[in-house]
Amino acid sequence: MSRSLPAKTVVDGAARGTVLVLGEPLSFWGGVDPATGVIVDRHHPQAGASMAGTVLVLPGTRGSAGGSGTLAECLRLGTGPVAILLPSADRSVVIGVLVADELYGRPVPVLVVPGDAHASFLAGEVVTIAAGGRITRS
Amino acid sequence: MPLHLSSHDRRLLCGDAGDGTRLAMRLVVEAAEIAGAPRLIDIGSAHVGSCYSAGATGLDFARRLADSGTRVAVPTTLNVAAADLLHCTPLGRGNPGFAEIRELVDLYLGMGCEETLTCAPYHLPGRPGLGDQVAWYESNAVVFANSVLGARTELYGEFIDVCAAVTGRVPDTGLHRTENRRAEVLFDVRDLPPALLAEDVLWHLLGHVVGRRTGPRVPVIDGVPAATGEDRRRALGAAASASGSVALFHVVGTTPEAPSVDAACGGREPAETVVIGLRELAEARDALSTLRDGVLDAVCIGTPHFSLREFERLGQMLAGEKVHQNVRFHVGTSRFVLAEIEARGWRDALESAGVELLVDTCSYFPPAPPGSSGAVMTNSAKWAYYAPGGLGSRVAFGSLAECVRSAVAGRVVRDERLWSDR
Repeated sequence: MSRSLPAKTVVDGAARGTVLVLGEPLSFWGGVDPATGVIVDRHHPQAGASMAGTVLVLPGTRGSAGGSGTLAECLRLGTGPVAILLPSADRSVVIGVLVADELYGRPVPVLVVPGDAHASFLAGEVVTIAAGGRITRS
Repeated sequence: MPLHLSSHDRRLLCGDAGDGTRLAMRLVVEAAEIAGAPRLIDIGSAHVGSCYSAGATGLDFARRLADSGTRVAVPTTLNVAAADLLHCTPLGRGNPGFAEIRELVDLYLGMGCEETLTCAPYHLPGRPGLGDQVAWYESNAVVFANSVLGARTELYGEFIDVCAAVTGRVPDTGLHRTENRRAEVLFDVRDLPPALLAEDVLWHLLGHVVGRRTGPRVPVIDGVPAATGEDRRRALGAAASASGSVALFHVVGTTPEAPSVDAACGGREPAETVVIGLRELAEARDALSTLRDGVLDAVCIGTPHFSLREFERLGQMLAGEKVHQNVRFHVGTSRFVLAEIEARGWRDALESAGVELLVDTCSYFPPAPPGSSGAVMTNSAKWAYYAPGGLGSRVAFGSLAECVRSAVAGRVVRDERLWSDR
């Protein structure tokens, strides 16, 4: 059985991957090791998990500058997520994604999924995102 | 409301001013659409932090702009680099990544940025004033610009800071707009003992508590004696922006947008009032200290970069004293303030007493300054907040006087009188 979810496209693209749900906002700068994509912030509930190749269900960013540079560096190295789903648009995420695409041609879709639907994703489920913003859970 | 772009904005977006400026305007427009801003506005200056980057992406982004001859449109200062560019030390030209660190800074200098390399651009001449629209990077600088100077900026992160400098434009949103600068939480500190209110350390701790308690709202603090020094308001902001996400605070009778509680709140009642007493501050001191007592390896101060006045006080405290032979005493500052202390003949005296000066960079980023990943004392709530995670340090937080006495003794020395009720 598969079903679709309403979503707003912020950065368009297609992707398929396994969901990684983060329980708290993340500072990519200092919170993620770009060489591996592993969350290294010891205070984060998903510390030790790798975001490489995942559909990242991210509640938001935090920290002094959010970490556009670190996110872009992860995407350059192939240790970043294949798609990012947010409950509301986040400038640090979008700027990092757009810079990586502009410099290295690595498009990663960024979608805004409203509150309840954003909270409904389960770690480990496989999600497909079609260009134009249709999310299918299977 | 859809985003309205001026004809100038549209020309930049079409590439009329070159490919780098086109890319910069595209990212500024994207940021405006994300924020739902109705328009872009002019800025008078920018402070850029993209000159610090550990990765190749930062370098490639700067090269991409520089290759098409991109220039900044407004006076632009640079935040810290990843190394001390002036000195031949392990944290300076001895850093194994020095060539790339230098290249990244040089690319931004080539675009017309000034080689300031400081997290305290407000120590430089020509800083913005009340009502000036600017685009600044670095949380302590942003909170200082908004709160102490009354200038108007959002917190601009990597890449978007450069884009603002290159286009001279930012989205008209957030703290650029008057209605978002009103205080919603009132912090009442009138119950604090006068002896503590007279101490610098109060401001670091108050900032830590305010940052924790205020959430995404703008705080106003009432009950502090007027005419307190700028370094104290700076300490408050730096601590509040590290422990929370405070980008603007008001202090009644002191900061420019807060002649009264009523003015700071824009004529409305505060949504919440929080009374801060000695107990909250003592808890903050303990929360910032992972080290209670014992032998010290280092003292790290100057995060944010030390001011001229702070050096004057440090010199007075160290007069006739010498830092213990087992303690490294690091002070971070800007090359601008370094030149000022050299001109006054203070540098030699400080170095003879055992002080090591670090410029252009920051002492809580790796590589760690010698001793700083061991037992460290600091008067910076920001250093105490970041270093245990970043460098693995054990930290004793205290006043500047406690740091100096501890450095001389070689072990943590506390002044318990500060923490009594009277």
